[in-house]
Amino acid sequence: MNDFTTAFATALDLIGRLDPQLRDIVLLSIEVSLTASVCAFLIGAPMGTALAVYRFPGRSALIIIVNALLGLPPVVVGLVVYLLLSRSGPLGSFGILFTPSAMVIAQCLLALPIVMALVHRTTASLWATYGDLLLNDGANRFRSIWSLMNIGREGMLTAFLAAFGRAIAEVGAILIVGGNIQGYTRTMTTAIALETSKGDLPLALGLGIVLIVLSMTVSGVSLFLGRGLGDKK
Amino acid sequence: MFSRRKMLLACIAVIASAFLSAQVIAQEKSIVVASTTSTQDSGLFEYLLPIFQQQTGIAVKVIAQGTGQALDTGRRGDADVVFVHAKSAEEKFLAEGQGVKRNPVMYNDFVLIGPKNDPAGIKGRDVAAALKTIKEKQAPFISRGDRSGTHMAELALWNKDAGIDIDQQKGPWYKSIGQGMGAALNMASASNAYVLSDRGTWLSFKNKGDLQILVEGDKRLFNQYGVILVNPEKHPTVKKELGQQFIDWLLSPEGQKAIANYKVNGEQLFYPNADDPNA
Repeated sequence: MNDFTTAFATALDLIGRLDPQLRDIVLLSIEVSLTASVCAFLIGAPMGTALAVYRFPGRSALIIIVNALLGLPPVVVGLVVYLLLSRSGPLGSFGILFTPSAMVIAQCLLALPIVMALVHRTTASLWATYGDLLLNDGANRFRSIWSLMNIGREGMLTAFLAAFGRAIAEVGAILIVGGNIQGYTRTMTTAIALETSKGDLPLALGLGIVLIVLSMTVSGVSLFLGRGLGDKK
Repeated sequence: MFSRRKMLLACIAVIASAFLSAQVIAQEKSIVVASTTSTQDSGLFEYLLPIFQQQTGIAVKVIAQGTGQALDTGRRGDADVVFVHAKSAEEKFLAEGQGVKRNPVMYNDFVLIGPKNDPAGIKGRDVAAALKTIKEKQAPFISRGDRSGTHMAELALWNKDAGIDIDQQKGPWYKSIGQGMGAALNMASASNAYVLSDRGTWLSFKNKGDLQILVEGDKRLFNQYGVILVNPEKHPTVKKELGQQFIDWLLSPEGQKAIANYKVNGEQLFYPNADDPNA
């Protein structure tokens, strides 16, 4: 029990002092994970909706694959991105291994199936309801994608938050492609892993508490901003 | 509602610009050093690198891995310098033409750690006898199992010094965990097991629990660190000037003094020996 009290005290102390090192780590975590989840959303939401709108051979198989990829292991994604971005890999000339950009790419790949699957689930039932209406209105299927995403705003927000949650919480992928470099690619989760390995468990748990508060804040703010979007429905 | 949508857009814009600016800042002079968990977990780099950066303006980005993995990172051309501790693996790295030159930097030693009540009764014995006893008594032993310098040293102690082919003769008492030094110590602490550690990580480790040093000071527990510039002829992206500058500084009287000055609880963790050609 003592460990937990120390951890809470550590967490409060870290937040209270506005520890500059912690601030940088927190900012980097948010920056990387938000960028990754926004990217994943911008790519995944239209694709997920398209899966609901278009009919083509292999569609059901694709839906099954996307849903299966919900369980994509971060460490495998990290390894694949590592091999691609390594100097000896096909994309090595960009020189972005062990940078925040590499971390964004890895987290974006991780979040993509989540966005696609959740958006598809929302828009598929909306398409069943509004599909004929939209098409009779003269909209083609391509235009319907935007309309459907607009109607399903709340589902979109859920998908985005799930993507962000996945990104901010994972450690396996960014540890490999970011390298956990102090002051450069060290995020909340990799810092927690590091402090655990140094045996400073209260500090690690304290950082964990800060991370949880942080991710709750981001979700809260998103829900607040998103509530307005839902009003019109 | 309109204002909320505006706020949302504003938020996205701020995030995007923050990210772009972070990318711009990253353009400073920097090198990537693949090193071992012991140099990071012991806090040595956190102490050394700011001194180096202040003098030269070069930021050193350290990727802390096991020695085997760190050398592989060098082999892929993903690091400019490797800073590791397994002489035979380093010499193999050089023989493959992956590195320019191996420079001895500093040493410390390994220590055999175990629970205070020492169920196998190895305290104060020499390391070979201690390992033999652990095996006879089937006392729980945690192995790094990650091709790190410490793991390679542990295997050499079993195979050569204790004369036990550990790969063949290990049982359920021997747990190979495939993780870093800190994780191995955490596990030993939680399960009252024996474990081989480098002294630096042990001294700065905070979750010691009931563990303590049982065997130390044996000549066979010597732990030498070396630093190598990754061969720019093989990997043209290697920043050879900056990397060499870092190596030169480590070997200079100034760098050597800085290494000697690093202490945890008043105890020196690493002993500089760049002047020893046989190290």
